[in-house]
Amino acid sequence: MTEQIITPSANDKNDTTTHNPETHNFDATDSYNFAYLDEQTKRMIRRALLKALAIPGYQVPFASREMPMPYGWGTGGVQVTAACLTPDDCVKVIDQGADDTTNAVSIRSFFARTAGVRTTEATDEASLIQTRHRIPETELTEGQLLVYQVPIPEPLRFLEPRETETRKMHALSEYGLMHVKLYEDISQHGHIATAYAYPVNVEGRYVMDPSPIPKFDNPKMSDCAAIQLFGAGREQRIYAIPPYSHVKSLDFEDYPFDRLRAPGACALCGADDSYLDEVIMDDQGTRMYVCSDTDYCSTRHERGHVGDQSDLFDSEEG
Amino acid sequence: MRKTPLFSVSGLRKSYGAQLGCRDVSFDLHPGEIMGIVGESGSGKSTLLSCLAGHLAPDHGDVCFDVDGTGLVSTLAMPEPERRLLARTQWAYVHQNPRDGLRMSVSAGGNIGERLMNIGARHYGNIRQDACSWMDRVELSVGRIDDRPATFSGGMQQRLQIARNLVTSPRLVFMDEPTGGLDVSVQARLLDLLRSLVQDLGLSVIIVTHDLAVVRMLAHRMMVMQRGEIVETGLADQVLDDPQHPYTQLLVSSVLQV
Amino acid sequence: MFKITQLSKTFHLHTQQRAEIPVVCDVGFAVHPGECVALTGESGSGKSTVLRLIYGNYLARTGSIRVGSTEIVAADPRTILELRRTTLGYVTQFLRVLPRVPTTRVVAEPMIEAGHNATAADAHARNLLRRLRIPETLWNLSPLTFSGGEQQRVNIARGFAYDYPALLLDEPTASLDAINRQTVLDMIGNAKQRGCAIIGIFHDHAARKAVCDREIDISQFAAA
Ligand SMILES: Nc1ncnc2c1ncn2[C@@H]1O[C@H](COP(=O)(O)OP(=O)(O)OP(=O)(O)O)[C@@H](O)[C@H]1O
Ligand SMILES: Nc1ncnc2c1ncn2[C@@H]1O[C@H](COP(=O)(O)OP(=O)(O)OP(=O)(O)O)[C@@H](O)[C@H]1O
Ligand SMILES: [Mg+2]
Ligand SMILES: [Mg+2]
Ligand SMILES: [Zn+2]
Repeated sequence: MTEQIITPSANDKNDTTTHNPETHNFDATDSYNFAYLDEQTKRMIRRALLKALAIPGYQVPFASREMPMPYGWGTGGVQVTAACLTPDDCVKVIDQGADDTTNAVSIRSFFARTAGVRTTEATDEASLIQTRHRIPETELTEGQLLVYQVPIPEPLRFLEPRETETRKMHALSEYGLMHVKLYEDISQHGHIATAYAYPVNVEGRYVMDPSPIPKFDNPKMSDCAAIQLFGAGREQRIYAIPPYSHVKSLDFEDYPFDRLRAPGACALCGADDSYLDEVIMDDQGTRMYVCSDTDYCSTRHERGHVGDQSDLFDSEEG
Repeated sequence: MRKTPLFSVSGLRKSYGAQLGCRDVSFDLHPGEIMGIVGESGSGKSTLLSCLAGHLAPDHGDVCFDVDGTGLVSTLAMPEPERRLLARTQWAYVHQNPRDGLRMSVSAGGNIGERLMNIGARHYGNIRQDACSWMDRVELSVGRIDDRPATFSGGMQQRLQIARNLVTSPRLVFMDEPTGGLDVSVQARLLDLLRSLVQDLGLSVIIVTHDLAVVRMLAHRMMVMQRGEIVETGLADQVLDDPQHPYTQLLVSSVLQV
Repeated sequence: MFKITQLSKTFHLHTQQRAEIPVVCDVGFAVHPGECVALTGESGSGKSTVLRLIYGNYLARTGSIRVGSTEIVAADPRTILELRRTTLGYVTQFLRVLPRVPTTRVVAEPMIEAGHNATAADAHARNLLRRLRIPETLWNLSPLTFSGGEQQRVNIARGFAYDYPALLLDEPTASLDAINRQTVLDMIGNAKQRGCAIIGIFHDHAARKAVCDREIDISQFAAA
């Protein structure tokens, strides 16, 4: 597995063009080439972001740049983040809820090095959170930016592979096909089995793929105080949800949307309202359920909340 | 019987570069009327039908439809969203190859339900029920509703395509060789089904075929095409029994008994 | 009810060395409501052709054919279809039906098309089938597999199901036994009584004598 992304320093050796973070010292007062991307590119991306915010849920094409990491590792999110960062931002990066995976750590350190910004693991301290496949449990606030890494931005692609046709369907709000997918789910499984990348309608207009977040997170997108930005690098699309937008998960009248949460509480912090990951403990296949949002879990734990296996947490911390 | 046409075509022409598709096509279609279009391969039947249904833009001429009972309006001058809405609601198009008219990766029920969902149906139970009753209506076993059309025979696929098209009660149906590529016995069953559906639902139909028996069985009127032009038009039984144009006579005499 | 003037018909067979077959020339006659007129003449003289011209099944190019107030020559297809639906019936020698339609419905269809409700039409159809001695066990089957005589009686039932004001009959009694022939003649008599104008071709001399008021020899209109 090549889970490790190519770090900026590793990339520098064969990148002698304009993007050279090493030549840019970490002085945030010099804004030239701040945060890796050249100003030209950032302006282009910001324009796309503004357009995306003006047309909630609409996929705006942009000229995605080569980034020092392979497509599929968040190049879209990284470009959006780079275009948004200012020197006094505080950045948090999560990968499926965790701050400490290799990818999260690499991207965080990438921005620390190329923009000299502060970083954090605390959701409420961050001004910009880049995420892969989760929305933090802690409610986001005004002024925060949530940047999603998106692999496939087109929700209709599953049933209609022709781009010319899907574009037309968006333009004319012809979204019946989205429900065909849900119909198929119910007819095969007895319920809507789609658990990730569950399609939503934004402000009653565009249907949007929320990236592969669990549908448990879908309701958090609606009426959210933070700005939500979505970047798809390989597919060269940017879309957005402005603060306090109405975001509705598609469903049927007789099969209403259900967030679906595994029953039970976090084994470490006792939370019964968070999205849980199943963790296999030993070779015997012993399982336990813990918060997927590591910051949420540890913060609760620090505040004295306990789960039925909190001792494990303590020993880990110690 | 209403005295105003439902659909009207005037001076239609379509070329593919130097290659003529069809030209000088004009006719009216009234509610409940079935028009057969016959002609040899390459005579421009499919081209004409595609122009009529809005899949191809003609070079010249107009295609008008009475959208809401208040008179003919040009479908070519209509904004695209309106035309597409028309195609999803009041019109239907049955392709010769069911693969072109079905979503092969979606179950039979999903195929039928799609048009309903396209016009806003959001109650799974109702959609399912409509799909079941249409499965039954086109003589497909309801037990196959969750199977993909790829597992169906050609005749079954064609019946599914018809169900998918008719579920939203369109007023005008375009059919391009709906019985082509099927066994004779399967064809007969499909034709019979089509005929009773058309009669029960009072549909207007424009059907392209080179099978004169299909025209004899279904059509009130017919047009004969040769090299992109209409060479003869009239009452279907009259054109078949007393053809006037040499090409029509050849066509009729080369078929034994219609 | 029928008024035919200066009607001519020539077939141009383009595929057979441009053959021209002149069949009839300057046909002229009239038939009034309640009247039954027989067309006579040897085989090939054009009797069936004249009926088909009146029905709009063959294309008339010259002269005039009026059925009621409708002119058939140069009429558009819609006019002819409407006339066939409401005014003009046609019974041919051979039944032409679609597969899988049950006999009752085959017979009821003209009534339904003329606007009667299906239940009433089916009930009327069953009466006619009974009158024409079609075994009840066959009523729900398609007539496609019936014997020639049975098919012809179904065809007659269908032709008489709706009370058209004008009827064309092409050898309606041809292959019928005596009892059934009499039934058909009675039905023709009934139609005349309600004012139906009928033009018929009857090879059977006795039948012709029984129902026809006049005979018109088509041979007199033979093309030169
Ligand atoms: N996309 C195209 N580009 C160029 N020429 C075309 C195109 N489509 C059709 N044609 C030509 O236009 C003419 C009419 O074709 P069309 O498909 O309408 O015939 P058709 O009557 O439907 O024949 P068939 O009975 O074989 O389906 C043919 O000469 C055909 O080669
Ligand atoms: N569709 C047609 N095409 C060419 N010729 C035809 C057609 N219909 C009839 N004819 C010709 O017209 C002539 C008259 O035929 P028609 O069937 O009217 O005769 P008929 O008087 O009814 O004879 P019969 O008593 O044998 O039924 C015949 O020579 C026949 O071949
Ligand atoms: Mg074709
Ligand atoms: Mg004859
Ligand atoms: Zn926890």
